[in-house]
Amino acid sequence: MNGKDTKIFGILAQFGDPGELLQAAEKTRDAGYSKFDCYSPFPIHGMDDAMGLRRSPLGYIIAFISFFAVIGGLSLQWYANAIDYPLVISGKPFISYQAYAPVGFGLTVAIAAIFTFVVMLALNGLPRPHHPIFSSSNFEKVTDDGFFIGIESGDSKFDTEKTKEFLSSIGGKNIETINN
Amino acid sequence: MSISEKREKQVYTDPPLIQGDPTFHSITEDISVIPEKKTPTWWYIAFAVSFSGMLMLLGMIGYLVWEGTGIWGLNVPVGWGWAIVNFVFWVGIGHAGTLISAILFLLRQRWRTSINRFAEAMTIFAVICALVFPGIHVGRIWAAYWMFPLPNQMEMWPNFRSPLLWDVFAVSSYFTVSLLFWFTGLIPDLATLRDRAKGRIKKIVYGVLSCGWRGGNRQWKHYEMAYLILAGLSTPLVLSVHSIVSTDFATSLLPGWHTTIFPPYFVAGAIFSGFAMVVTLSILARKIFKLEHIITVRHLEFMNKIIMVTGMMVGYAYSTEFFIAWYSGNEYESFAFLNRAFGPYAWAYWIMISCNVFVPQLFWFKKIRTSIVPMFIISIFINIGMWFERFVIVISSLANDFLPSSWDYYSPTIWDIGTFIGSFGLFFTLFLLFLRFLPMISITEVKGVLPQADPHFHHNGKDNGKAGGQG
Repeated sequence: MNGKDTKIFGILAQFGDPGELLQAAEKTRDAGYSKFDCYSPFPIHGMDDAMGLRRSPLGYIIAFISFFAVIGGLSLQWYANAIDYPLVISGKPFISYQAYAPVGFGLTVAIAAIFTFVVMLALNGLPRPHHPIFSSSNFEKVTDDGFFIGIESGDSKFDTEKTKEFLSSIGGKNIETINN
Repeated sequence: MSISEKREKQVYTDPPLIQGDPTFHSITEDISVIPEKKTPTWWYIAFAVSFSGMLMLLGMIGYLVWEGTGIWGLNVPVGWGWAIVNFVFWVGIGHAGTLISAILFLLRQRWRTSINRFAEAMTIFAVICALVFPGIHVGRIWAAYWMFPLPNQMEMWPNFRSPLLWDVFAVSSYFTVSLLFWFTGLIPDLATLRDRAKGRIKKIVYGVLSCGWRGGNRQWKHYEMAYLILAGLSTPLVLSVHSIVSTDFATSLLPGWHTTIFPPYFVAGAIFSGFAMVVTLSILARKIFKLEHIITVRHLEFMNKIIMVTGMMVGYAYSTEFFIAWYSGNEYESFAFLNRAFGPYAWAYWIMISCNVFVPQLFWFKKIRTSIVPMFIISIFINIGMWFERFVIVISSLANDFLPSSWDYYSPTIWDIGTFIGSFGLFFTLFLLFLRFLPMISITEVKGVLPQADPHFHHNGKDNGKAGGQG
């Protein structure tokens, strides 16, 4: 197991400011860690690259869903007003997409927004009211002015002692072990 | 001076967005202390007043359901009275919040961070007030569900080619999107309140509402993308919702309504009235909660400039309507506009022109658009003027249409007035609850625009100011 312990969630270290966190993230990435996260009170510009993360796939997911929302929105109107109960309105054609545009658009936007919210939460593994990392009382600062790196025990390079040493060598303070 | 030199200079002369030498912690303190401290006495008084207004609204609606729309001042040519005026008024107000939260976000206008949260809240509450009116004006409220495409025992569907139905969808999707956008923005701030909460109940409530937000970059990555998408989805709504509202009028054949200028004209008016409301509310809020260093005079000045621009667009639309009425050679159309300016509703027309066209011209003076009391008064004038704009449009065209024999004069009853005042009660009840229990300014986003939020701020020696100011 090489110093691994399933009881341990990971090691948490605090950094002073966004710049330090960004540099520390780069060093952690370069040291070969991949299962780590950088915690901050606000998103930090350039952090995705520093951590070696790929762009969020959310945009593509929502584009895919929106495509069906458009089709669904238009066919709802078409089915309702032209097939199930044909309504003759001033003798206008039944498939008048111009007249169906406002409702189709409104439905698409609403459905896309609902899915954006739900899929964002799902990708983030939320809602998750409790998480091992909340056991650190110092971590409460993350929503105020604290900047943290947490390296998780699932990482192939993780070793309780060595990881602690590493975090301290890149300038981490208040290093603590987070238990599951 | 070359362009790059000019730009360089501009970067250095731009004052910081947030004043008073803020740190990340001071921002957290300044904003989250508002819902944390003991409820101030003025809040109870204000809440009692607005809550009474809301109860009055409920009473008015109750009597309306019991008795029918006959209690309102509607008469035979004027079938759309204050209910529609109020509906358009409230929906319009909402638009400023969406413009601030969506369009200014996409345009990277960093000053929006100080005002977007409560402008969005204002949007949601204004849309709630707006939704009340079409809901109750149908008369038979128990049949209001006919507006939605629900399979039913009559095997009937709504008519999707009617602008009134477009309106139902436009406004309800507007409400849904605004609510989700607002809540998404709230999640990290609710986590701040959770982490600061002392009591167990507060901790649980804020903990559940924040969905267990941890602030890791793996979460921020998706979060920022979601925020961007929601901003992108809201952006067309700023233009589409009031355009669709205007088609309620524009697709009719009534002189004064049947014009193609309505969609852009309504959108400009909506943003105009909405910003006036944001200015009114933010002046009060920054004073009461001592947030003058976060919502600075500079923020207010930006908003006043938008008010001026949209006010002139509205003024331009008023004059274009007149020109086209004359140029069309259509006598009914010409009459409709002359009747507005000089007919039985001339008083309302000139209130509208004075408040919406003349008064905002005072913002040409820098002194006026940067001093609190004048801009507060002007914003109130605009709120009033924009209500009268909708009154003029709805009532004057209906009251005097094609046949003089069918004309009538419309006057509201006590029930119309009470319902309108009650809708303010509903609005302020919701707004006061929001101020009391939620962070009224986005803590996360304000921190993000501080110069030290730039990762290069502390580590680039002399380049600090540049990196921080520009962003």
